[in-house]
Amino acid sequence: MNPEIVRVLGYIVAIIAFVALNAAMLVWMERKVAGHIQRRIGPKEVGPFGLLQSFADGIKLMTKQLIVPEGADVPLFKVAPMLVMIPAVMCFVTIPFSEQLAARNINVGLLLIFAIASINVFALLLGGWASHNKYAVISAARAVSQNVAYEIPMLITAITVVMFTGTMNLNEIVMGQAGGFWHWNILPIAKNIGMVVLMPVSFLIFFICSMAETNRAPFDLGEAESELVAGFHTEYSGMGFGLFFLGEYANVFIGCSLAVILFLGGWQCPFGLFPGVHWFLLKVYFLIFVVMWARWTFPRTTFYGLLNLSWKILIPVSLFNLVLTGAFIKVF
Amino acid sequence: MNPPISSAEGLAGLVFLVMLAATGFGALIAVNAERTIRAVAGLALCFVGVAGIYYFLQSPFVALMELLIYVGAVCVVLVFAVMLAEPRPEQQVGKRNAIVGGLSFLSASLLTWGLVALANGAAWCKAPMRINEGSMRDLGQSLLTTYSMVFELVSVVLLVAIIGSLVLGRAGRSKA
Repeated sequence: MNPEIVRVLGYIVAIIAFVALNAAMLVWMERKVAGHIQRRIGPKEVGPFGLLQSFADGIKLMTKQLIVPEGADVPLFKVAPMLVMIPAVMCFVTIPFSEQLAARNINVGLLLIFAIASINVFALLLGGWASHNKYAVISAARAVSQNVAYEIPMLITAITVVMFTGTMNLNEIVMGQAGGFWHWNILPIAKNIGMVVLMPVSFLIFFICSMAETNRAPFDLGEAESELVAGFHTEYSGMGFGLFFLGEYANVFIGCSLAVILFLGGWQCPFGLFPGVHWFLLKVYFLIFVVMWARWTFPRTTFYGLLNLSWKILIPVSLFNLVLTGAFIKVF
Repeated sequence: MNPPISSAEGLAGLVFLVMLAATGFGALIAVNAERTIRAVAGLALCFVGVAGIYYFLQSPFVALMELLIYVGAVCVVLVFAVMLAEPRPEQQVGKRNAIVGGLSFLSASLLTWGLVALANGAAWCKAPMRINEGSMRDLGQSLLTTYSMVFELVSVVLLVAIIGSLVLGRAGRSKA
């Protein structure tokens, strides 16, 4: 066998395994965090600390029958969960876990993630429509208007980072933040004193938008259980539902890892010692913990509140931020 | 020259064929589907195939833009419109007519012949040898220098479209 092909196959298998394992661990983590925030214990019966709970759930999901509802558009109904999963896996192609550990170092890596992640919305729409269920259709419409609204400020803040670093290559963005937390893009004291004011704003907007893009609470209007049963995946049973779930957790990981790469120095150590994949994972899982913390602390917003936040606050602030960033890069 | 299928080039060729098939198959679905939503899905498949072909032509930037704009925006907007308008699923588009069918076949084959003749007769410039570099920088520079006028005009057209849709949307709304 050709070593290049072995490398490609190895990365494909490793990424898919990582996505599945990550989702299993995040479900466990979510339930534990939720439990402790609500003064419960969370899962504890299956395995030590309930660690094997999500594996048991996964096996249960896989043994269940896939029921296609009457009046559904069968091919689209079956394609939609795969369309959620495929882009989620493809995004991992360019995420640099460490200096050597990246499947492909692409020059337009940041753009690649945004481009491929945009397919996710299309899959939600198709799934919601094909289910032939009014709740699913309403939820899909909500999810799309939300995603469209939040993609704009997210891309604009990403542009501020690209302007500051001068590259869209994720690997180079992390390389530029080497040598301690005062070099990170979120507080670039060592590089550009003016940006110290702007970058935290960019980070905050980016983080809020990535939460909204992945349909996480308090922005989970698309799957508001109290109004819409379960949203766009109401009609999905068994592993069809499971794939939507896997895709959602993979997207949460991708959103948090982008935030870490762009703002928090990727695999770099805060004190400039022993950079590596452990720092990357530590930071990403800390951000994921923050996402869960937000979910179980804040109640769900209203739909108008959600859209107003994006169109009336985040987009003007991010545009202003973009202009100021351009000025500060010139001045300082 | 045919590289063996187990080599990297052979595998890349296989992926290229898959992309070609996706483009053609998606286009066929888009034209032949009876339900509008399936036609849009076929269109999306076709766009993905075209993006793959762009990638093989060594311009990943254009490929990603194709995905971001056409699949992520155009197709989503189309599905959104279909969902809001909700056309009846089994709508008979019109009876098949032998004369119309023959004429359309003739015009389609004429168009295909013309395109093939154009493609064969054109003087193609050589593909750039750089794989991972250049295309984005060249594109940005030419957009801000050679084609800056066109770029500005396109943005004006988009602005007019946005304002026009706002006006149309406002017109249907009662004053509350």
